Amino acid sequence: MFYREAGDFKTSYGEDSQTFPIKFDRLRYFAVLAIAFGVVPLFINDYWANAVAVPFLIYAIAAIGLNILVGYAGQVSLGTGGFMAVGAYAVYKLMTAFPEVSIFIHVILAGGITAAVGVLFGLPSLRIKGFYLAVATLAAQFFLVWLFNKVPWFYNYSASGQINAPDRTIFGVFVTGAQTSAMAKYLFCLVMLTLVALVARNLTRGTVGRKWMAIRDMDIAAEIIGVNPLTTKLSAFAVSSFFIGIAGALFFAVYLGAAEVGEAFGIQKSFLILFMVIIGGLGSIFGSFAGAAFLVLLPVFLKNVLVGTLGWPTDLAAHIELMIVGGLIVVFLIAEPHGLAQLWRVAKEKLRLWPFPH
Amino acid sequence: MKKTLTALVAAALTLTTAPAFAELVVPNLSYRTGPYAANGIPYADGFNDYFTLLNERDGGIGGEKVANPECETAYNTEKGVECYESTKGNGALAYNPLSTGITYQLIPKVTADGITLYTPGYGRTSAANGKVFEWVFNFPANYWDGASVAMKYILDQEGGDIKGKKIALIYHNSAYGKEPIRTLEELAKKHGFELSTIPVDHPGQEQKSQWLQIRRDKPDYVLMWGWGVMNQVAIQEAVNIRFPMDHFIGVWWSGSENDVAPAGDKANGYKALSFHGTGMDYPVYADLKQYVIDAGKASGAGDQVGTMLYSRGMYAAMIISEAIRKAQEMSGKSNVNAAEVRDGFENLDLTEARLEELGLPNFAQPIKASCDNHGGPGSAKVFQWDAAAKKWTEASDWIESDKDVLGPLIAEDSAAFAKENNITERCN
Repeated sequence: MFYREAGDFKTSYGEDSQTFPIKFDRLRYFAVLAIAFGVVPLFINDYWANAVAVPFLIYAIAAIGLNILVGYAGQVSLGTGGFMAVGAYAVYKLMTAFPEVSIFIHVILAGGITAAVGVLFGLPSLRIKGFYLAVATLAAQFFLVWLFNKVPWFYNYSASGQINAPDRTIFGVFVTGAQTSAMAKYLFCLVMLTLVALVARNLTRGTVGRKWMAIRDMDIAAEIIGVNPLTTKLSAFAVSSFFIGIAGALFFAVYLGAAEVGEAFGIQKSFLILFMVIIGGLGSIFGSFAGAAFLVLLPVFLKNVLVGTLGWPTDLAAHIELMIVGGLIVVFLIAEPHGLAQLWRVAKEKLRLWPFPH
Repeated sequence: MKKTLTALVAAALTLTTAPAFAELVVPNLSYRTGPYAANGIPYADGFNDYFTLLNERDGGIGGEKVANPECETAYNTEKGVECYESTKGNGALAYNPLSTGITYQLIPKVTADGITLYTPGYGRTSAANGKVFEWVFNFPANYWDGASVAMKYILDQEGGDIKGKKIALIYHNSAYGKEPIRTLEELAKKHGFELSTIPVDHPGQEQKSQWLQIRRDKPDYVLMWGWGVMNQVAIQEAVNIRFPMDHFIGVWWSGSENDVAPAGDKANGYKALSFHGTGMDYPVYADLKQYVIDAGKASGAGDQVGTMLYSRGMYAAMIISEAIRKAQEMSGKSNVNAAEVRDGFENLDLTEARLEELGLPNFAQPIKASCDNHGGPGSAKVFQWDAAAKKWTEASDWIESDKDVLGPLIAEDSAAFAKENNITERCN
């Protein structure tokens, strides 16, 4: 009834190719943005920011990044944790070396550095694919973690190998360090996520994205119709790593404030983000959001219900939580192998026909 | 999906705002799951049981009951942040996260929020300098004290000369494990021994190559900075390469009953440091048995009572409760706030006589804190595992750390922190 193309007339090419062709979708999109930017910051407190909102926003950036590589370009990667570490250490070195430069620029630069590293580790993808590429990126993961542990220059020769984010501001408002307000943290991450999502969405709709998908679907056929596998694969690695680097930089500087590479950016992180992408839906920007929300919010939610409301012992709750999350992942993948994004797509199809399904 | 989840979380959170049944809140950020649970459980139990004892026997501290809301961190920094944020709103007075990684994250946060962070024997070593770290306390001893005490013990064993001896450090490859390296390097210069450092990555279940290296290098002594499952594996591997157990010395976090148990009788003679006593021979256990254990109020499964890490959890709880008591004394009211508790920590004067009153005679070293001294006496004892009797026996008296070496290192590291964070020194 509300959700349909009929009656929504488009009179220009621009309107015809907009991201959300359905009016209801557009309104919903602007409503979400308005609430996220206008309403949530007024009510957010330390707990909501640090335990729920900021990790969700940052993981969503990382998931979008990985989704470009795995979902759109079809290059399996297990190096996400290592690339996030590159972003984190890059922003740390930049923050401490050039304290007068805005943190916003540092985060973008950290993304750029990660993109360069990502391209370097993406070179093997020109010769190998599938599981073999996964193993090559796994090597990147272990190598990068080892590197940041081994070379003291990366952590400014501190005794413990920890990196600590110093206080930095944007327009006089603290966004890193202990004095940061919940609102500043949230808004900074939200702005980053919005930018990343817009860029990602528009890249995947254009020539670049189509080339990625062509390579994913059949690389030989793509090459025959004139898609250059070298630039296509490497651009996927670069863009993906750029976003993941931003996520890593925010993860360290805004969210944790202090990190050590083995614990914060280990192989578990790579798997976690890969699970987000798979559960959310490969090749879907919305899926990246849904996957990140599922794996960030569900454990916190379960913990609060089991320990807070039901009063269970913390260890029992932690074990049950693992079982529930694991079980739900299996159920979801059996019921809907294409992820949460597919559920969303099906819902939209149904909505178009509603209330007359036949 | 996202919206429903958010709504559900909101619903759950409104439900979780627990009623304030006690005035004094000391959260227990514990871990009873994951690869570090074997060590996290006894500590958390000891911590909870001591406060339960105070509540049951004395009606709390100064007439105010103490609550210990527990939060599971799994030794994970992200969950640690979540736990800190979820508990700090309830009027938390002090934090004791039992994780160096979480401590590093919390130091700026507690400083901004004005809550004491108490890290006995772990955390950031240079927090011993109260001039820079106003809200952090790490008495009675820190990692650098531990490294120095272990080396002094080795010196003593070798008759005062360890020139040319080979000493290996096997460590957890994290902030925790890396802390002693700088001290050991300084000590190596001073005493002329040869130091080799061997990292073990989290969680440390696989150490074959590290012990192969030890077998090849044949060091005279091996020091260990391990935690969780890494300890058990290391001791088992040391047994496998027939390394002499009495030349294998762990820091205080690598010396619990749960660490030596898997290696069985072969672990006999393994040594570890501790900054407090252990075992059930203290009068406090009579009360603990009467009011907590027999009353069915023991934390966890209740099977860890009297073990090394249980004693350490109890020690931490005892210090926090004494600091609260001091705060009550200073402010003249029983319902103290976080800032007053910090003052209590800073003016803490724990004497032998007071320990005896608490039913813990000779359990630990007396502590006299001050504005610039947040680090305490820095001495420890060496304990040796007796596999037949299944208990830790004292192998040395209190050994004091080498302050000549540690002092400048602490000053240097805290000055770096002060510079990074624009902190001006207090207490001048």
